[in-house]
Amino acid sequence: MMNKLKHRLLASSGFAASLIAIFAGLFVGFIILLITNPDQAVDGFVTILKGGFTGGAKGIGNIFYLATPIIMTGLSVGFAFKTGLFNIGASGQLIVGGYVAVLIGVLAPGLGSFHWVIALIGGMAAGALWAFIPGLLKALFNVHEVISSIMMNYIGMFMVNALVAETVFDSLRAQSLPVAQSAQMPTLGMDTLFKGSSVNAGIFVAILFVIVLYIILNKTTFGYELKACGFNKDASRYAGINAKRNIILSMTIAGAMAGVAGGLIYLAGSGKFIEIVDVLAMEGFTGISVALLASSNPIGVLFTGIFVSYITNGGFYMQLYDFVPEIIDIIISIIIYFSALALIVRHFFDRYALKSGLGDDDIPAPKVEPKRKRRIGLKNKEVDKDE
Amino acid sequence: MDYVIEMLNITKKFPGILANDNVSLQLKNGEIHALLGENGAGKSTLMSVLFGLYKPEEGVIKKNGKTIKIANPNDSNKYGIGMVHQHFKLVHNFTVLENIILGVESTKNGVLKMGEAKKRVVELSEKYHLSVNPDDLISDITVGQQQRVEILKMLYRDNEILIFDEPTAMLTPQEIIELMKIMRGLTKEGKSILFITHKLDEIKLVADRCTILRKGKYIDTIDVQSTTKEVMSELMVGRKVQLQVDKEPASPTDVVLNVKNLTVKTKRSKKNKLTNVSFEAKSGEIVCIAGIDGNGQKELVYALTGLSDVTQGTITLHGEDITKDTIRKRRVAGMSHIPEDRHKHGLILDYSLAYNLVLQRYFSKAFQKLGFLKHRSINTYSNELIEKFDIRSGQGRKTLVRSMSGGNQQKAILAREIDTDPEILVAVQPTRGLDVGAIEYIHKQLIRQRDEGKAILLISLELDEVLSVSDRVLVIYEGEIVADLDPTSTTEQELGLYMSGAKREAVS
Repeated sequence: MMNKLKHRLLASSGFAASLIAIFAGLFVGFIILLITNPDQAVDGFVTILKGGFTGGAKGIGNIFYLATPIIMTGLSVGFAFKTGLFNIGASGQLIVGGYVAVLIGVLAPGLGSFHWVIALIGGMAAGALWAFIPGLLKALFNVHEVISSIMMNYIGMFMVNALVAETVFDSLRAQSLPVAQSAQMPTLGMDTLFKGSSVNAGIFVAILFVIVLYIILNKTTFGYELKACGFNKDASRYAGINAKRNIILSMTIAGAMAGVAGGLIYLAGSGKFIEIVDVLAMEGFTGISVALLASSNPIGVLFTGIFVSYITNGGFYMQLYDFVPEIIDIIISIIIYFSALALIVRHFFDRYALKSGLGDDDIPAPKVEPKRKRRIGLKNKEVDKDE
Repeated sequence: MDYVIEMLNITKKFPGILANDNVSLQLKNGEIHALLGENGAGKSTLMSVLFGLYKPEEGVIKKNGKTIKIANPNDSNKYGIGMVHQHFKLVHNFTVLENIILGVESTKNGVLKMGEAKKRVVELSEKYHLSVNPDDLISDITVGQQQRVEILKMLYRDNEILIFDEPTAMLTPQEIIELMKIMRGLTKEGKSILFITHKLDEIKLVADRCTILRKGKYIDTIDVQSTTKEVMSELMVGRKVQLQVDKEPASPTDVVLNVKNLTVKTKRSKKNKLTNVSFEAKSGEIVCIAGIDGNGQKELVYALTGLSDVTQGTITLHGEDITKDTIRKRRVAGMSHIPEDRHKHGLILDYSLAYNLVLQRYFSKAFQKLGFLKHRSINTYSNELIEKFDIRSGQGRKTLVRSMSGGNQQKAILAREIDTDPEILVAVQPTRGLDVGAIEYIHKQLIRQRDEGKAILLISLELDEVLSVSDRVLVIYEGEIVADLDPTSTTEQELGLYMSGAKREAVS
């Protein structure tokens, strides 16, 4: 089983590309450290590498805690990507979802031990609704989802600001009221295992959705249709696939994921409240990075989400060495650049191979069960001229 | 001998494959030399070597007997070698003139000297009878004219060795004749032409000599006049190929598809794309819609298959009105469709072969249960199809379709569309861009389907295909059916008259 997994990972050149991008990003980050503060650069860099482990058990717990929402937003963005849609509106879906979760968490204390589940489902529904609107606009009037979902981000943020002030307002602190104890995410004893951290069952919720989306995308006819639309809209139409319906559904599911992210943040019981500030939720945009780095693969999103959280945690400790934690943002950005670059380079090599003027006519008659070949880089890439 | 270009013992390797294996080619001054071979025979590689795009591992290139080194396309331009690529390299929102001078602009103090350039272009286009207007935008002129712009580009650069890479692939029959005349005119003025193709008729028509490649190897150089097409095709494919389609007379039975007064309008143009088109297709016959490209074939196919709406008229399949049905419904009712553009419509290039083979039936009970794909049945089914239709690819059903050759991609579509056991098969230019071997295969399959009692609607631009494969020919001109002909008693000339609108008969 392990061997099979290893094979799979190696087989995907996307995985290799991501690894190269990560190393390159770290390297450039180190150079920036050297330039800004040469004396402490090495210590600072070691801190980044140690990442979340710097704080011991607490640090490890916080890796998972911080990873939870960005895995969810990563899933959100990645799922839409698979259908050829760019969901840049995860921030708005997240905050709307977070608000509804808090609303249920504060105002419906009588729901007992299912309280948090219902609050989370409420958040999910709200996020779904928030992405359903751009999906509908795209399907019916061909309004580009990037434009409409950016606008939905701001509508969501300001609307939630107004609604929080009306409904669940803690006027002393200018933020939302704390949710009821029963609406907080259970900790499953992880608070003692990772003492001092805010980790909770949210990470398992995230993993659950990773699995669910993986199954949808790879095992169902629905996923088959979604990906077909993403790869080639015309051919999907030719095959009788209802592209409009799929656009709406794909956006809705993406929004649901971001809505859950919002719920998980504000139900964590870690002292995070909806503040009345005019700032879009960062997690929505980090989700784009996470999805890109994972090539939109749900399983990949799980790992890149944890990775991004890992080095972000390291970034917090950078202040010990007179660095600003934003250095981590720079490194993550560079990693994204490099992974995009890696894709371009791969594309370039593919094109080069395509130009070689060969078909596959010299391939012997079809082997029905070919041996699994390891595809690393270009070596065994098929060449073809009919492009 | 006065060879203007010699390529001797060229060997070019790509990882895992010998693209050119000790290939030689000698071009005489003032001749049209055809380079013949199937897809993947190494023609394009050889020309890319000559054009400086690839560096060969072995071999020399000589010009007028002297060895030359060509490291990049600029070098080849220096030696007077120019190329018209299969897909033109033109800037669409530039004028003809701007495209021609692009890269070799003459300037004075940094300002373009357009007047002079224009004078030369007009001179050249008159000398070689390439009637193009230098001030037209590329996006406004036809494909045939665009090709002439490419030729003018070479002439403007004083190239004397002209490479034409499959120049007829995108042209109508009339434009092909024009091009052949132009090529003859060019050689009269002392140019030498290398003509890459896999169409034997064209070689017969225009070339003096012909070099044949097969699977990267040099086979022979022959004199075109004294060699028959049969011999050439045998040399090219490596086995005897039937150029004539072998088939029994059709025995059509009941009507499968009935189209009545079909009219299609688009929002953009006032003119109808289709006007009152009516015809029937019976089971056991191949009905062909012939016509010059752009006369409403696309609209007809889109209307039939449900890709676009019908303005007026009805389409019935086995007596059921399907005019307003969705694409999926028509499919399930028994309509198959081999689309014109296999990359745009026919395939999802980033899906595996297996996934593409079930594109029309992944939703059926055989391949899904409660919305979950049955991968095991998909795999066995695709293995069966791959074997049955001899679809060749690197890694079997797991191959990404993008990496397969055009012929095998087309086979995959054919396999998928035939295997759904359709009532009617709408095949749009099913042999476009394929080599002789693949064309023979596709024609055989179509006729086999006919003999099994299917109705087949073939939309084709190739006159010889129209006449040899079909049992009944409908000619379409400006969105109307202008003739209903029997291919056994019609000539290409007569067909051409109908296709160009010079003649029409009353069709019910």
